Amino acid sequence: MAEAQNIPAGSTTAGSIAVAAESTVATRMSAPPSFDVADFPVPHGREEEWRFTPLDRLRGLHDGTAVATGEGVRVEVTAPDGVTVETVGRDDARIGRAGTPADRVAAQAYTSFEKASVVSVPKEAVLTEPIRIAVHGIGGVAYGHQVIELGAYAEAVVVIDHTGDAVLAANVDYLLGDGAKLTVVSVQDWDDKAVHVAQHNALVGRDATFKSIVVTFGGDLVRLHPRVTYAGPGGDAELFGLYFTDKGQHQEHRLLVDHNAPNCKSNVAYKGALQGQDAHAVWIGDVLIQAAAEGTDSYELNRNLVLTDGARVDSVPNLEIETGEIAGAGHASATGRFDDSQLFYLQSRGIPADEARRLVVRGFFAELVQQIGLPDVEERLLAKIDAELEASV
Amino acid sequence: MATLEIRDLHVSVETENGTKEILKGVDLTVKQGETHAIMGPNGSGKSTLAYSVAGHPKYTVTSGTVTLDGEDVLAMTVDERARAGMFLAMQYPVEVPGVSVSNFLRTSATAIRGEAPKLRTWVKEVRTAMETLQMDPAFAERNVNEGFSGGEKKRHEILQMELLKPKIAILDETDSGLDVDALRQVSEGVNRVRETGEVGTLLITHYTRILRYITPDFVHVFANGRIAESGGPELADKLETEGYEAYTTKGGASA
Ligand SMILES: Nc1ncnc2c1ncn2[C@@H]1O[C@H](COP(=O)(O)OP(=O)(O)O)[C@@H](O)[C@H]1O
Ligand SMILES: [Mg+2]
Repeated sequence: MAEAQNIPAGSTTAGSIAVAAESTVATRMSAPPSFDVADFPVPHGREEEWRFTPLDRLRGLHDGTAVATGEGVRVEVTAPDGVTVETVGRDDARIGRAGTPADRVAAQAYTSFEKASVVSVPKEAVLTEPIRIAVHGIGGVAYGHQVIELGAYAEAVVVIDHTGDAVLAANVDYLLGDGAKLTVVSVQDWDDKAVHVAQHNALVGRDATFKSIVVTFGGDLVRLHPRVTYAGPGGDAELFGLYFTDKGQHQEHRLLVDHNAPNCKSNVAYKGALQGQDAHAVWIGDVLIQAAAEGTDSYELNRNLVLTDGARVDSVPNLEIETGEIAGAGHASATGRFDDSQLFYLQSRGIPADEARRLVVRGFFAELVQQIGLPDVEERLLAKIDAELEASV
Repeated sequence: MATLEIRDLHVSVETENGTKEILKGVDLTVKQGETHAIMGPNGSGKSTLAYSVAGHPKYTVTSGTVTLDGEDVLAMTVDERARAGMFLAMQYPVEVPGVSVSNFLRTSATAIRGEAPKLRTWVKEVRTAMETLQMDPAFAERNVNEGFSGGEKKRHEILQMELLKPKIAILDETDSGLDVDALRQVSEGVNRVRETGEVGTLLITHYTRILRYITPDFVHVFANGRIAESGGPELADKLETEGYEAYTTKGGASA
């Protein structure tokens, strides 16, 4: 792939490694995390956490004017036997345990939701079938809260599909007991007009493994904020992401891995392809290695493939290390144009230009998909990518 | 019988210092079944000729014609040229991350043959071709040219030539950078395709070494963007002893 030296006009690729006593990941937010929307001023757009987001396309999620409609989205959970699926009130003790809203929209979602959905996998249960959560927008405004809880040593795959049209702000909590293994695939396959802003909070138990795969294809504006913290040592988090940003779409992924416990691992890899006028992808990768997190092993990567003129990428990896006693830490970010020599090579073997482009983009994503390590999930994702490319490249 | 005709071909590229003419009137006819060696010093324009005939977008044809059986090759897209029967084994094959060799080969065979090859016979066909080129079967699952050694890349090019069965094959310095074993295996692959009598081969090389394995019918000396001299295999022997000096010094090209 064309590498970082080949950066299209209008993109920024900045990286920093800070060694600081006080975390700037925390201090550059305009307010500390809170469950109460009143603790966050209405953003004006110049705040660090909002400067890439077109506020006027948030449809009022950021300033209190987006009022929930009767039924904005329909949520359907299909779970194998042994899994408990509940709809609970705001006072359920499991809600909000995995993390605290970090910005105004997440706090708005927390302040506004009425019922939460809680999916629990009992301890030591090893599911052979995935849990499926279908979130289907039917044109309204909605605030949601979803909790997925795995008891100690439980193992599960959860597939969350977002389709239809909605203005949705939500928080999703993942609670992993000791030694639990959770893989979550969240697919944003929205219609063109949808607006989706969500914070994902994973609290990774001792020696637990959390794998998140975020796939964003649709929507007018999608802004996701996956966050990981560790409840004990030995946790392992892998955050994979794929996005295909088409003309006019804004797709923003902001990640935070907070290494607050010793001997934990994290690996972040997000890849995006963009095409068309005003396609805008934003990737923010914050990794914080706290003083207590000795033995941390962490890596984050973001790669973007720009297929046409007029698309814009902002990619900002940020690594903060407060202890010298780590196993490894690194980051990489590269934005490149579509490599014409690959196209020529494939075409010179008789493959028509469109198909050759699809092969190259598919290959770009396949490199990431191959790392997931779950053949079922990999196959389904590649089929999804094929369908998306078939429709748009 | 397929015939490639190149007539008075002029080609230029855009450089930082403006347009630069590289090919200055190339004339060449290659017929199915024939093998032509094009030999010339580095920088004389051999790759430019190969790329221009294949349709690489960096090279602009300013005048002249290229036809395959009378069809205007220059009017075809890159993939149309390949489907018409042209093949270019590249001097520097390109890496395509995330695309496996097996997927790539099958996709191109489907495009060239006009229908997907039957899976069972196809798997066997690929396996046999790989075996005869002494390629590890594990290659099929690797990404195209990614992490391949120089020799592996060239074997992979010849593998494609064997599977795609072109009418006209241009091999651009397929011999460069190969050790003796690899050179022999690659040459045997080329010879297998030649023995069918169905391919016209344009063997571009800097060294005479490969001509010990592949005997050309014609040898052309390429210098300064055009063919400076043509002859039979004996011309290669002359180049072996005398080098290219006579052709590269000013005015020497008329010899
Ligand atoms: N894309 C290009 N841009 C600028 N100069 C080029 C380009 N391609 C080839 N050239 C120049 O054209 C000449 C011929 O190159 P090439 O065809 O690669 O020669 P050969 O294959 O015989 O070594 C060289 O001087 C080379 O630097
Ligand atoms: Mg060359």
